[in-house]
Amino acid sequence: MIERITKSMAKNIYLGGGLFALLIFTGLTFDTVQQIPKRSNDDKITPSVAAGKNLWEVNNCVGCHTILGEGAYYAPELGNVFQRRGGSDEAGFKEYMKGWMAAQPMSEPNRRKMPQFNLSDKEVDSISDFLIWTSKVNANQWPPNIEG
Amino acid sequence: MKYSSQAVAKPYFIFALALLAGEILFGLLMATQYLFGDFLFPLIPFNVLRMVHTNLLIVLILFGFMGATYYLIPEESERELWSPWLAKVTFWVFAVAGVVTILGYLLVPYATLAEITFNTLLPTMGREFLEQPTIIKIGIVFVVLSYILNVTMTVIKGRKTVITTVLLTGLFGLAFFFLFAFYLPENLVMDKLFWWFVVHLWVEATWELILGALLAFVLIKVSGIDREHIDKWLYLIIAMTLVSGLVGTGHHFYFMGAPEYWLWLGSISSAVEPLPFFLMILFAYTVTKQRKIQYDNKMALTWAKGTAVMGFLGAGVWGFMHTLAPVNFYTHGTQLTAAHGHLSFYGAYIMIIFTIISYAMPILRGRPKGNCAKAQKVELSAFWLMNIGMMGLTLALTVAGVMQIIQQRTGVNPLGFMEVQATIAPVYYTRIAFGLMVFIGLITYFTSFFIKEEKAK
Ligand code: HEC
Ligand code: HEM
Ligand code: HEM
Ligand SMILES: [Fe+2]
Repeated sequence: MIERITKSMAKNIYLGGGLFALLIFTGLTFDTVQQIPKRSNDDKITPSVAAGKNLWEVNNCVGCHTILGEGAYYAPELGNVFQRRGGSDEAGFKEYMKGWMAAQPMSEPNRRKMPQFNLSDKEVDSISDFLIWTSKVNANQWPPNIEG
Repeated sequence: MKYSSQAVAKPYFIFALALLAGEILFGLLMATQYLFGDFLFPLIPFNVLRMVHTNLLIVLILFGFMGATYYLIPEESERELWSPWLAKVTFWVFAVAGVVTILGYLLVPYATLAEITFNTLLPTMGREFLEQPTIIKIGIVFVVLSYILNVTMTVIKGRKTVITTVLLTGLFGLAFFFLFAFYLPENLVMDKLFWWFVVHLWVEATWELILGALLAFVLIKVSGIDREHIDKWLYLIIAMTLVSGLVGTGHHFYFMGAPEYWLWLGSISSAVEPLPFFLMILFAYTVTKQRKIQYDNKMALTWAKGTAVMGFLGAGVWGFMHTLAPVNFYTHGTQLTAAHGHLSFYGAYIMIIFTIISYAMPILRGRPKGNCAKAQKVELSAFWLMNIGMMGLTLALTVAGVMQIIQQRTGVNPLGFMEVQATIAPVYYTRIAFGLMVFIGLITYFTSFFIKEEKAK
């Protein structure tokens, strides 16, 4: 089959096909950008949620954890930790988070360790707000169950 | 060596190989921490090891691409490099920036690193693969621009070939999509959407053009087949790359907050993504069959064929395995993802760098007929040690992934993450063993460089 294709035909498939795909992809990206605010509750991004995201980044939590399935595979998924450890109760989750962050690293020998980040209560609350916001993103019913 | 400026490629190759040794070493440390949480903790936490591991990977591939380009462009353009001086300066700037970044990761806590590099002015840090301080990212932009300028000027002033055009298209794409690394919105979903513009559109679009061009160059050299024929193959491969790979980005948009239509759009287009990798196999084997010369450096062709095969396995087969949305629902973000990440990066991008080094390095060292038979024999054992090692490591991670999915994501009483990880421990030991094999393979490869030429009889 390849024998029957000439070089100029191949070139045209490349240019035409590539350009076509690029246009489609650009168009779809625009549409996706339009739809994301609603699917992610963009209006619920409070200053505390934004601060929490920043803390998530500068402490590189994603270097051990996944969030909505992306990141590292060393430690539990945190996109739904609000449901798993907080039982979907905001006040309860914030208490849990303060206790958890303060207790690190734990002492069980040779269990995988999470470092101590020395964050203030307010900072931990921000991270909790960010994780609560994340857990409400419409991610097409992912993850399959509460364990993430 | 036809043009003296091709020699600037040499330090790039050597540095890329040194970084690869570092990468694998850190991989082994991580694999150990996976089993013994107190190993190196709290001295170097897992996330730091991981940053070093993956950043070394990306930087070494960029060094490899740069070395490859500086070697190939003068020969293709039939003139000296526009500015060998600039290429040398770029090498040192990039090498120093790379070493400083790695030291930064290792010596200060990440949050401190963000603070002292003024991340608040233009926050870009803290995302997978894009952990570099903003100032380093800006440095990378300048390094890449100077590299592209040098290559473009050489191409413009010399003979234009399909290989150089495709290579340059890939390089411009690489530079363009890296700019999305500077966009860090407050909305995590938007952040993820454009993060993939760097990550996916690098490995499954722009870098694939570069990969195709490098493969075509080496195949022309070792087969003596005329360009017309090779060019046609190259066009077909990159056509399939773009047709499938651009919309194929959608295979990352299933479960991160993007609209539902990506579930089927991403599945359909990314299901075609293995095709360009399959064409690379046909390409390499057809060229081998039709070759007009017997090239003395046999290892160059061996690596080229190896790249096509391992790239297809890692990207094509292991990629297809989890690319359909209903499957990805269960596999998303598990050890299976890591299995695919390892074999694809190794098979496609590490192996193409071995290919070009294996072809070019003997010439750069004044051995136009390739290394002596004894050195090639050692290189061949390195080839098999590394390939079997990576294959074993990938299979181990695949088993780990399946165990994880079954226990943690299916059934009525799923187990928790940490419990499941404990059950996978034996498999993680196997991973270390195969990782060691890869490392031994790399050391074997290094020794092949030091085997003395046999005296001419
Ligand atoms: C060096 C790796 C590492 C880093 C970095 C890290 N974690 Fe963890 N984290 C872990 C490990 C390991 C566990 C599981 C601990 C256990 O179960 O004993 C964990 C567990 C958790 C849990 C409990 C999850 C559950 O379902 O039980 C939360 C919440 C958490 N981490 C939040 C964070 C946040 C927030 C950050 C960033 C500020 C962070 N982690 C950074 C390793 C890490
Ligand atoms: C040979 C020994 C190696 C070992 C033991 C090893 C181990 C690891 C480990 C433990 C991780 C972290 C996984 C996690 O997040 O939990 C990782 C990530 C990664 N490694 Fe390696 N590695 C090795 C070699 C390599 C090589 C040669 C490459 C490139 C070709 C590579 C590419 C990657 C990539 C791309 C990731 C990120 C994976 C992802 O996010 O899906 N590694 N490696
Ligand atoms: C050489 C080319 C390729 C490389 C280097 C590569 C590398 C990677 C890496 C490193 C990841 C993990 C990203 C993360 O950390 O989240 C990944 C994810 C993924 N890749 Fe590839 N890939 C390649 C080609 C392909 C192809 C051709 C396909 C499809 C046929 C594919 C399908 C996927 C899918 C579906 C995921 C998401 C996994 C998940 O949901 O966790 N890849 N790839
Ligand atoms: Fe992808």
